[in-house]
Amino acid sequence: MSKPKVAVSWNSSCGGCDESIVDLEEKILDVAEAVEFVLWPCAMDFKYEQIEALPDEDITVSLINGAIQNTDQEHVVKLLRRKSKIVIAFGSCACYGGVPSLLNLKNLDDSFRVSYTNSPTVINEQGTVPSADSEDDGHALSLPSVYKSVRKLDDVIDVDYFLPGCPPTASMIASALTALLEGKLPERKSVLASNKSLCSSCSRNDSKPETVSIKNLVRIHEVKADPGLCFLAQGIICMGPATRDGCDYPCIKGNMPCTGCLGPFDRTDQGAKMTGTLGGLLEAGDEEAAKKMADGIVDPAGTFYRYSVAASLLGGKREGEENE
Amino acid sequence: MTSEFKPKIIAFLCNWCSYAGADKAGGQRLECSAEISIVRVMCSGRVDPQFILEAFRKGADGVLVLGCHPGDCHYRNGNIRAMRRMAVLEKLLVQFGIEKERFALDWVAAGESEKFQKISQSMTEAVTRLGPLKLKGYVTR
Ligand code: SF4
Ligand code: SF4
Repeated sequence: MSKPKVAVSWNSSCGGCDESIVDLEEKILDVAEAVEFVLWPCAMDFKYEQIEALPDEDITVSLINGAIQNTDQEHVVKLLRRKSKIVIAFGSCACYGGVPSLLNLKNLDDSFRVSYTNSPTVINEQGTVPSADSEDDGHALSLPSVYKSVRKLDDVIDVDYFLPGCPPTASMIASALTALLEGKLPERKSVLASNKSLCSSCSRNDSKPETVSIKNLVRIHEVKADPGLCFLAQGIICMGPATRDGCDYPCIKGNMPCTGCLGPFDRTDQGAKMTGTLGGLLEAGDEEAAKKMADGIVDPAGTFYRYSVAASLLGGKREGEENE
Repeated sequence: MTSEFKPKIIAFLCNWCSYAGADKAGGQRLECSAEISIVRVMCSGRVDPQFILEAFRKGADGVLVLGCHPGDCHYRNGNIRAMRRMAVLEKLLVQFGIEKERFALDWVAAGESEKFQKISQSMTEAVTRLGPLKLKGYVTR
């Protein structure tokens, strides 16, 4: 019997998701033994023609990471969808847009200005920015065109499973791959992580006082955080209450608050949930005091939706909207 | 064209004070804005910020939350919690390009039919001036 074929592919991402597969350490050897990699641009040399030549649904599973932001990425993920039995959105950028989708709070021109003209390390006297069609020395050149907003994977293709995390932890990946190879995956469209909040398993949960009431919001770099006490009880924003459980809280163990990378629970908007939770804990008796405390939250959208703008109610793709 | 624009405004009113105030306005036949669609909730503290984001996403041009005056909450402090949450929410909405005037939190007691009338009209005027909300994935296009 031939080995199951696996493709790993990346889009707008940092490489961390690919790295997390390598981080399976010796387990990767078992995986490599059990499967045949047909595509993995980050780690091995393959040609897309080879994928095009495969029969449809020949690949057992495609692990696709990164958000979708240009026509080339759309083309490749559509190809992989056609050639794969199962597509897993791998990591929070593919699941929810991730950090790249923070762009949806700004616009593409701002982003081009920062990257190609205004950055202190860039010299670009002609103000050249990427464009789909250009001419150089009489030669026409076409490049993939960049979308004005960043999309999560299932805005572009049908996705079977979601494995969130920035990146997913080694144990999350190992259990997803084991379930896959043993044919024990849950219902299609499931998120392969708990639907409870991180607080539900966090070791600091018991340290919470009966009612948490925040007098003063502080940021993690401004204080020496108590290594045993719930971060919210210390006035430090921790995304645990609005974030899925399943990572085994490495950040909390490292005395850093959760930044929310496992994303929202089913049918919730991560920022709305965090606004509700955190807002309710602020100690403010009148509107003026409440506004003052709210002003202490630097960049609420960037904090509450660090990994999920493309999956948010206000910043995500709307029904019937085209990718542009 | 803007003069023909009729905004859609969703108003969450608490059962005990604000809804009674709006009801009284109706009983007194006070002329209130017809652009306001009322959703009765048990307490302004029950208004999950997600309701408000859903309303905007589904086409509301403005959202209003009305509760009992501070100190009068039927559940003691639900309105105070709402006030704290909405202070955070307001900042969030602006980051998504939703103008401040499209969202308001205020207090209306059961007897304050005229205050309800005033708020409903001033909110409608403010949102009409802004025109339809264009939420398009990202809004700062
Ligand atoms: S808020 Fe953060 S530190 Fe506190 S219990 Fe939840 S995850 Fe743990
Ligand atoms: S603690 Fe939070 S930020 Fe850290 S890995 Fe878990 S979900 Fe991600």
